[in-house]
Amino acid sequence: MPSEVEKDAITGTETTGHEWDGIKELNTPLPKWWLYVMYATIIWSLGYFVFYPAIPWVNGFTRGILDYDQRTDLDRQLAEVREFRGELLTRIEGASLAEIREDDELLDFAVRGGGRAAFAENCAPCHGLGGGGQQGGYPALADDAWIWGGTLDDIYATLLYGIRSDHPQTRFGIMPAYGVDEILTREEITDIAHYVVSLSGETEDAEAAARGAELYQRPDLCVTCHGENAEGNVFLGAPALSDQIWLYGGTVAEITAQVHNPQYGVMPAWIDRLDDATIKMVSVYVHALGGGQ
Amino acid sequence: MKWHAIFEKNVLILAAGILITVSIGGIVEIVPLHTIESTIEEVEGVRPYSPLELAGRRIYMREGCYNCHSQMVRPFRDEVERYGHYSLAAESMYDHPFQWGSKRTGPDLARVGGKYSNAWHVAHMIDPQSLVPGSVMPQYPFLAENALNIGDIAAHLEANVVVGVPYTEDMIAAAEADLFAQADPLGDHGGLLERYPGATVGDIDGNPEVLTEMDALVAYLQILGQMVDFSQYTTEDLRQ
Repeated sequence: MPSEVEKDAITGTETTGHEWDGIKELNTPLPKWWLYVMYATIIWSLGYFVFYPAIPWVNGFTRGILDYDQRTDLDRQLAEVREFRGELLTRIEGASLAEIREDDELLDFAVRGGGRAAFAENCAPCHGLGGGGQQGGYPALADDAWIWGGTLDDIYATLLYGIRSDHPQTRFGIMPAYGVDEILTREEITDIAHYVVSLSGETEDAEAAARGAELYQRPDLCVTCHGENAEGNVFLGAPALSDQIWLYGGTVAEITAQVHNPQYGVMPAWIDRLDDATIKMVSVYVHALGGGQ
Repeated sequence: MKWHAIFEKNVLILAAGILITVSIGGIVEIVPLHTIESTIEEVEGVRPYSPLELAGRRIYMREGCYNCHSQMVRPFRDEVERYGHYSLAAESMYDHPFQWGSKRTGPDLARVGGKYSNAWHVAHMIDPQSLVPGSVMPQYPFLAENALNIGDIAAHLEANVVVGVPYTEDMIAAAEADLFAQADPLGDHGGLLERYPGATVGDIDGNPEVLTEMDALVAYLQILGQMVDFSQYTTEDLRQ
C-alpha cells in the first residue's frame, strides 16, 4: 500500500506504490489531450440538461428550454409530409373514385404511390404482391373474376367493411355445409362436384356430372346463389364456377370437400385502420391491377 | 490519492462505498417511476388479457417471438405511417413482462391485431413461406397439433393480480371456463366478452375439437394494439 510517492528511477514516472515480488507498477497519467476532450464533453452535456427534458423529479421532470417532446415533434413531421403530399391528398379526399380514375395525376399518385404502398403493407400478405392471389382462399385481384364485384365502388365497399369481418356492415355470405349438416348424401355431393368440374371443361365422369347437373339446378340448391349458368352472384358473394378459377382448389376431391364443409375466407374491415384517402387509393390501385370493371 | 487507501485497506468500507455508488444509479432510475403519476397515459380501453390470450402470450414468450418481433411502434414517421399510432406505456401496463423487444427482424407486432384473418395466422404459422415468399420466419406447425397445456390458469391470473393486474374475483373464478369458451364456436361468449371486450371468439384454428396452442397464440395476436381507440386522443391528451 502506498505510504509515500516514489518515482521510478528510469522513466521518472511516479509508481502506484503497489509492489508484487519486487515488481512495481508505473502510474502513467492519461494523455492530456484525452483528458481535455473528456472535460469538454462533460461541459457540452450540460447543454442537454438546459435545452432538453433531463432530470426526473418527484412529480415531473425538467422540460428544458426547448420544451422538446418526441411525440409533438412527430406531429410536426407528419404535418410536414402531409403538406408535401397535401395538394394531391386533398384532391383525392374530395374526389369520387371515378374522378380519381379519370384524372391522370391522381391516378398516377394512387397507383404508383399511396395505393401501391398501402397495398404492399396491408393487402399483399394475403393477396400477394401485385394481387396475384394465394392458395387457400385468397382470391387474385388482377384477374376478371370478382366474388363481391369489381367496380370501383364494390372494391371500395369491400375494403371499408371487409368480408365476414367483425364490422356490422361487413359483406356476408355463407354457403351451407351440405355434408356436415346432412342436407345431401356423400354420393350427391360427389356428383355435384363432378358437374362443377365439367363446367370448366374438365369432365371426369360424364354420368356423375349429369346426375350432378340435375341436383345443381334444383331450386333449393346451388343454382340459387351460383346462378343457372354458374356465373356466380356478386350480391351474395357466390363465386362463378365456370371460369376455371378456384379459391380452394378445382379437383373433384377439393370441390367435394368444399361442398361437404365449406371454408370461408375472412377479410378485415379497414375503415378503422386506414384513412379514407388511403382506402380510396387502394381501391383505385386494385381496380387498375387489370380486372377492374 | 492517498485517501483512496482507506477503501483499499478495509473491505467493509469498500462494500459500503460500492453500495452507495450503485444505489445512486438505481435510485435515479427507479424512484421517479413510482412517484411520477404521469408515467402511464390515461386512456380508456386497456384491459387485462383474457385467459386464452394470457396462455397465448406464454407461448409467444416460450417460442421466443420477441427475438425477432418487437411490440413497440416508436414515435417515428416511418413507423407510424406503416403500423399506425405509436405505442403507449398504458398499452403494456398489464404485460408482465412486457414484450417490447428490440430486435426487428420481422415486422413490429404491436398493432397486428385485426390486421389479418385467423385463418391467415394459422396458415402463416404452419408455413410462413406459403404466404410470404422469402420470409425467414421458422415454421411452427406443431402449435396446431399440441393441445394447450392449461396448467392452473386461475393461479396464473392470481399471480398477475399480485403484480398489479386488476383481475376481479369473477374473472379468476371463470378463468378456466373462459379459456375454453373463447375458442369454442358453440360456446357462450356473453360473459367472456363482457369481461374481456374485443376478444376474438369462435373456432380460431379450424379445429373445434381440441383447444390447441395455435388457438391461444392467435387469440393473443388478434388483441394486440386493439384495445385503445386512438381516434379520440390527440398528442396533447397523451402528453405526460
